[in-house]
Amino acid sequence: MEAPRIDSGKIAEVSHGLERAEVESREKVFTVSDLGVAYSGNVALQDVNLEVHKNTVTAFIGPSGCGKSTFIRCFNRMNDLVPGAKVSGTVLYHGQDLYARDVDAVEIRRRIGMVFQKPNPFPKSIYDNVAFGPRVLGMGGSMDERVEQSLRQAALWDEVKDRLKDGALGLSGGQQQRLCIARALAVEPDVILMDEPASALDPISTTRIEDLMHELKRNYTIVIVTHNMQQAARVADMTAFFSVIVDDDGAGRRGILVEYDSTTKIFTTPSDKRTEDYVTGRFG
Amino acid sequence: MSAVAAPGSIAGGKPRRLWRNRIFKLGMLGCMFVAFGTLAVLLIDTLVTGWPALSKQLLTGLPSTVAEEAGARPAILATLYLGALVLFFSVPVGVLTAIYLEEYANRERWWNRMIEVNIQNLAAVPAIVYGILGLAFIVRGIGVGRVVLAGGLILTLVVLPTVVVASREAIRAVPDSIRQGAFALGATKWQVVWRQVLPASIPGIATGSILALSRAVGETAPLIMVGAITYVAFNPTLFGPYTALPVQIYNWTKQPDVDFQTLAAAGAIILLVIVLSMNAVAIFLRNRYRKQW
Repeated sequence: MEAPRIDSGKIAEVSHGLERAEVESREKVFTVSDLGVAYSGNVALQDVNLEVHKNTVTAFIGPSGCGKSTFIRCFNRMNDLVPGAKVSGTVLYHGQDLYARDVDAVEIRRRIGMVFQKPNPFPKSIYDNVAFGPRVLGMGGSMDERVEQSLRQAALWDEVKDRLKDGALGLSGGQQQRLCIARALAVEPDVILMDEPASALDPISTTRIEDLMHELKRNYTIVIVTHNMQQAARVADMTAFFSVIVDDDGAGRRGILVEYDSTTKIFTTPSDKRTEDYVTGRFG
Repeated sequence: MSAVAAPGSIAGGKPRRLWRNRIFKLGMLGCMFVAFGTLAVLLIDTLVTGWPALSKQLLTGLPSTVAEEAGARPAILATLYLGALVLFFSVPVGVLTAIYLEEYANRERWWNRMIEVNIQNLAAVPAIVYGILGLAFIVRGIGVGRVVLAGGLILTLVVLPTVVVASREAIRAVPDSIRQGAFALGATKWQVVWRQVLPASIPGIATGSILALSRAVGETAPLIMVGAITYVAFNPTLFGPYTALPVQIYNWTKQPDVDFQTLAAAGAIILLVIVLSMNAVAIFLRNRYRKQW
């Protein structure tokens, strides 16, 4: 089958993406098989199969309601907190089943950090925000060093070093979000999940967060949900496109994974017509 | 250049809707004056009547059958003891109940829904009912007797639902994003509640508790029920007989001697000062620790 031809003026420029072979040569962090999520019996997402590799950025894109946020919350079992949510299928993390009976969600979350759509700093000082995770986990070592290092990694240190005792709620939205990233880094995670981390931010703050992702990729594995296709093209090595299917009777809507490939492939020569329509702006 | 059409005159004429606007505004002002005017008259009357009797004797003296020699020290002390007991019992129990209902209770279970509805109902039960319950259950049933401790326990029952309701509201006002953020860092449920939710809701809990306390301190009916006696010529102890300031005031008003009426007004001023200071602390806490999310 001939690859669909796309008007090159419409597609986003893929700037940093690795080749698929390069990504797949790296260690597998997550292996998702036949994953489905239902809320009180209503299927929100079904039949997802994909792999996430170490030290890469993986983006989930798709229209509203396609289940991409639901999906990212399966990686740190945040769906456990939603009454009535039920996850089926398996998610392997370095070969271990995240949903096995003897696995504690609290243990998972210290290894797999998360940054949310809306910056959610705690109503405490900047210092205490970063120190909260290490404190509740009882991590040793110098807290001052840990806080400084985390803030440096999140490219926030220079802006806040003279006011660490000030309230975090006095920071700008972009700074708050970088503080949330620093907070996640402070517990030395392996993976960082980002659920639309820049959707509430201005363009300059967005750029800073994206630059940060390129930096963090060297030490961490990053999974990001975004509804901004240009953002996915700019930051991700691999991109998964999710879409919504509507039941014949029109009553049920659920998300499915349509295509998962290198970002370059998804944005230049997607194999699925639905992906092509979405990335060229004809749908969604 | 064409002339703009001349506008019609905008002066003169009072359409009906403007009058209605004005009458409504006057009506609301009137209602406010009735409410606050009555309160002001009562306060001023009490102040004017009681002022001459406000003296060191009243604050530190013991009750007497002679008005000039009568003081309210045992009653004032007992009222302060009662307040302390109410805080001591109602805050921990009320806050823990509120945490259970907000953070742990599964709303799909019928018993949790029943508890929720009934806490609202309990807050509306008249204090005298608690007095009867206290007499039967605490004073006689478990045999605490007519002592300060029993009074404190009964007033705790009176205000507990209010403390629970206020604490629940404060806990509910903490945004879910805070809980999610803490969970995402690997905190346990206990750590999320204890280190994030509770500290963030303390201003609201403190405000609600103090307002409930000021209600407890002013209660008379349940205390009369459980035997806060009139004539106590010694300092109260936790396990001893007592009278409370509102009860003392009530008893003075029953005396035929006019001088005792003056004493009652002076006692009312002291009670007002106690209650208003508590409310001031509540307002201070609310403004000082108000959070912007």
